[in-house]
Amino acid sequence: MNAIETRALTKVYGGKSAVDQLDLTVAAGELFALLGVNGAGKSTAIRMLSCLTPPTSGDALLLGDSILTAPERVKRHMAVSPQETAVAPNLTAWENLTLMAGVYGLPDGRSRAEKMAKDLGLEPVLKKKAKLLSGGWQRRLSIAMALITEPEILFLDEPTLGLDVLARREMWGVIESLKGRTTTILTTHYLEEAEALADRVGILAEGRLRAVGTPAELKALAGTGNFEAAFIALAAGKGAA
Amino acid sequence: MHVLSVRNTKEILRDPLNLGFGLGFPIGLLLLMSAIQANIPMSLFTMERLAPGMALFGLSFVTLFSATLVSKDRATAFLARLFTSPLTAWDFLLSYTLPLLPMCVLQSAVTYCAALILGLTPSVNTLAALAALLPADVFFIALGLLCGSVFNDKQVGGLCGALLTNAAALLSGAWFDLELVGGWFGKAAGLLPFRHAVDAGRAALGGDWGAMGPHLLWVSAWAAVTLCAALYAFRQKMRAA
Repeated sequence: MNAIETRALTKVYGGKSAVDQLDLTVAAGELFALLGVNGAGKSTAIRMLSCLTPPTSGDALLLGDSILTAPERVKRHMAVSPQETAVAPNLTAWENLTLMAGVYGLPDGRSRAEKMAKDLGLEPVLKKKAKLLSGGWQRRLSIAMALITEPEILFLDEPTLGLDVLARREMWGVIESLKGRTTTILTTHYLEEAEALADRVGILAEGRLRAVGTPAELKALAGTGNFEAAFIALAAGKGAA
Repeated sequence: MHVLSVRNTKEILRDPLNLGFGLGFPIGLLLLMSAIQANIPMSLFTMERLAPGMALFGLSFVTLFSATLVSKDRATAFLARLFTSPLTAWDFLLSYTLPLLPMCVLQSAVTYCAALILGLTPSVNTLAALAALLPADVFFIALGLLCGSVFNDKQVGGLCGALLTNAAALLSGAWFDLELVGGWFGKAAGLLPFRHAVDAGRAALGGDWGAMGPHLLWVSAWAAVTLCAALYAFRQKMRAA
């Protein structure tokens, strides 16, 4: 079953296409990485799929619901961890978690917050104000705030941006644990991250989807054994989607 | 909606600068003016004239608090996260405005208590003066929401922190008679809501109920227009988050 299906999804800003005719399907439980350089259209695609920005044309179905005609139903299915850490700075980590549970009207907010804290290893920092946490902890909290609603679809926009190598590896473990149970769209411009984590990778360049496949398939498509070389070749248009 | 209101209350109250500026400034100015009054032979800064002006001046900091909160929530993508939740525009508007209303009343009450200690004659009229500030409360809160929706946090600091506080102090006639200045300055003061809010408070303190009406009507009109503008700007931001 497809969790996400986009149909010629397009966003134009000032005459320039940020996302151009995006046709994409993502299976339920799949971890799909959208890969591209800065300005490739990754974040814009996520913003349209999460109903933050209306598309200029085209549509997308999330678990069968259209982002155009049923955004309220779409919002019930999914959660977003934005590129910025997006936490309430003067609230503690615990208060941030229960806040999100409250916003969604979850009656078992406290027990869910406890589970999230345990699953994501947030217990040592639960009583600390979010603004006092390191970048790594804030990212972890941000993802926990998205996961507390137990979304069927999760959008992770550059979840490891600005993290040091240790914090990034820890975050990889968290993201990997979602595989199979939550459909996850991960945007990143770290090639090794996409190669290590994703079931499939889509390469975006100048708003267009240049290639889709497993990391191995993309390397084969580009005729190289190196993922970085494959990305450069496919992003430049030397391959077929 | 309630959980977001609680969060917004905590965000404001947990910032010591907010408390320092919101309560410290008006009370400090009351102390300063009463000290000056004690050392000059004429009645320049009587508490009956000064207290309504200082109470209004204090409200300009509420605009700064609310505008800063909204603009920072936009900058950190915390609002974008919430925009992907099932909350509606009205939920946001109420949760950003309702917590500030009791804060405004409390702030004005503290200012009037300080004025009572410094020589304001206690009477039931003091409560009426406090009530006369309610339309101004709504105006300043709505202005904060409007500025926070339109400007970034640095711009908010300049506009609300410097420009508005000075405008509220100078154009309200809080500590000098605007009739003495006259000209375009007096006309501008007559068009803006600050002077009318102070005059309504002074009329209430003097028990001149008939004189309150036109001033309250003027401030209420400003509050209604500003609230509508804030709602429009906020909804625009929601659509293009």
